[in-house]
Amino acid sequence: MNKKQKKVLFRILLAAVLIAAIEISGIKGTWKLILYLAPYLIIGYDILIKAAKGIRNLQPFDENFLMSVATVGAFLLGEYTEAAAVMLFYQIGELFQSYAVGKSRRNISALMDIRPDYANIEQADGSLEQVDPDEVEIGTVITVKPGEKIPIDGIITEGTTSLDTAALTGESVPREAAVGSEVLSGSINLSGLIRIRTTREFGESTASKILDLVENASSRKSRSENFITKFARIYTPAVCISALALALVPPVIRLLLGMSGDWSVWVYRALTFLVISCPCALVVSIPLTFFAGLGGAGREGILIKGSNYMETLSQVRHVVFDKTGTMTKGVFEVSGVHHNSMESGKLLELAAHAEAFSTHPISSSLRKAYGEEIDETRVSDVSEISGQGVTARVDDRTVAVGNSKLMQAVGSEWKDCHGVGTVVHAAVDGEYAGHILISDAVKPTAQAAIRALKDAGVERTTMLTGDAEKAADAVAADLGVDEVFSELLPADKVAKVEQFLTEAKGNGRLAFVGDGINDAPVLSRADVGIAMGALGSDAAIEAADVVLMDDDPLKIAKAIRISRKCIRIVYENIWFAIGIKILCLILGALGITNMWAAIFADTGVMVLAVLNAVRALRVKNL
Amino acid sequence: MKKTYKIDVDCANCANKMEEAAKKTVGVADAAVNFMTLKMTVYFEDGADVKSVMQEVLKNCKKVESDCEIFL
Repeated sequence: MNKKQKKVLFRILLAAVLIAAIEISGIKGTWKLILYLAPYLIIGYDILIKAAKGIRNLQPFDENFLMSVATVGAFLLGEYTEAAAVMLFYQIGELFQSYAVGKSRRNISALMDIRPDYANIEQADGSLEQVDPDEVEIGTVITVKPGEKIPIDGIITEGTTSLDTAALTGESVPREAAVGSEVLSGSINLSGLIRIRTTREFGESTASKILDLVENASSRKSRSENFITKFARIYTPAVCISALALALVPPVIRLLLGMSGDWSVWVYRALTFLVISCPCALVVSIPLTFFAGLGGAGREGILIKGSNYMETLSQVRHVVFDKTGTMTKGVFEVSGVHHNSMESGKLLELAAHAEAFSTHPISSSLRKAYGEEIDETRVSDVSEISGQGVTARVDDRTVAVGNSKLMQAVGSEWKDCHGVGTVVHAAVDGEYAGHILISDAVKPTAQAAIRALKDAGVERTTMLTGDAEKAADAVAADLGVDEVFSELLPADKVAKVEQFLTEAKGNGRLAFVGDGINDAPVLSRADVGIAMGALGSDAAIEAADVVLMDDDPLKIAKAIRISRKCIRIVYENIWFAIGIKILCLILGALGITNMWAAIFADTGVMVLAVLNAVRALRVKNL
Repeated sequence: MKKTYKIDVDCANCANKMEEAAKKTVGVADAAVNFMTLKMTVYFEDGADVKSVMQEVLKNCKKVESDCEIFL
């Protein structure tokens, strides 16, 4: 508990003791009134002040106003105990709420802990100087001691160590890193001293990106939150007017009918009505539920950019995903060279050189299979043809490397491959030179991930890929997805998703999952875009609504289940709170209930709603 | 221009009220309060004087939620 909470707790205890003492002493009349003022003011002075300020600022209709009117009214009617009790229980509820918030906040603070405070730069005399990471330029060599956070993304130039990346990826096993390894800011250096050459500015580094994402999450409000805000704006003045009507209309009618007015009875009922109708349980618990849900998801390495996306995610019925890097490891390896007219080593050499400047995963696997340094001076006239491949001049020979469409374009006959994988055809000087088979391994959890999606109530799973039909079909059958569309260009993927969106009927939403490379347009087009393992890719973090910090496709279903739970709790709270209140309001208006029941309807419901809201934080076993 | 401030506020709804108040302040293009991290991000309009605008933001926030604080 913090200082503020302790102070409130002390006031609650003091007021409770005083109330008990006055009750036991059995004092009656004016003295009782005077004595009761003490606990009432001790417990309620800040509420009264807030209500007064609200009236002065012409924004009177809030909880403080309701509580103040109700308790002052009760005092005037001589119901001193009730008046003090209403304030007392209201404060208990508030304290409880603030304690629950603090607790949830601490629970998720691990995610916030990744903010690096400084970077060490070695001086000429060998000593380390701590500088603001914001001032470190790209390419600077920084030193990270064991136990320190890596402040800026970079590449290790010296030293080996193991890194704790739990805050970034949720992965608890430390990652080994040595010279040449790329390291992300926000990871904790566990064992050895390392030197890192920075590759990004601090503001562009992973830690800053994630913090930015988390810190801006709440600005995108969900429909239920907006509903509550609007609800409270209309609701509070409405109940105030109803209460006023309840206090005035029946007595006036009774007087007109020649009966006694029974003013105190009706005023008491109106005050009870006011206490019951306080919207605290709603306005407190709904944002708290989203707060806890987003926090719980964050702890699992699922960053959701706003509670509106949580809402959409909970309604996902159709999951469309990219193959490479999402369901497969995205690490391609050459598994064979077939039908080659020249030595396979020579073919690999030419292909690797032709693809020397390409960043496509296929090109890097070609270069890896070639195994030797690429001599870039041997390559000229490179042109990359999107969705087909690359043509280039290597050692004064025209080399075309790509898929069958490219072979068709350069007018070369090609032979199909019997193996499963991506087939890279090569033509040298217009003549077919053979093909290289590259395969990509399916992620170990991919199958389970598709099953988990089905279990989570996803009706349709679709795989989109730029790969050849054969490779795509093999993976799709292996995974058990419903349908697959292959040989798509990036633009085709957008078109496909748009087609699915128009086909979709009812409330089912569409989620697109991609690894972030070339996927940005599709990510932003889908109802909810999920980027996975995208910590390195700025465009994906920018375009996606949900970022999965590690590569595990099982997290897709988990994200859906977390948001379902959160939204379910929100609706439970809305119906529960409104239900109890309406029930008590009717009873209160009929005079069946009294102030004590009203206190339960207010504080009791709030405490229960807060307890329910905090459940959203528990997502570990979902 | 965008700046982030640490804030202190007790309940999620009060945070929403602060956000509303900040948004309505002259010179503020947009504002977002994150209750989870207790941070307020303010996007200023071009040419706005950050210092005086933030004084106004604080004043407006105090109006709707007297218990709040913005650490300027």
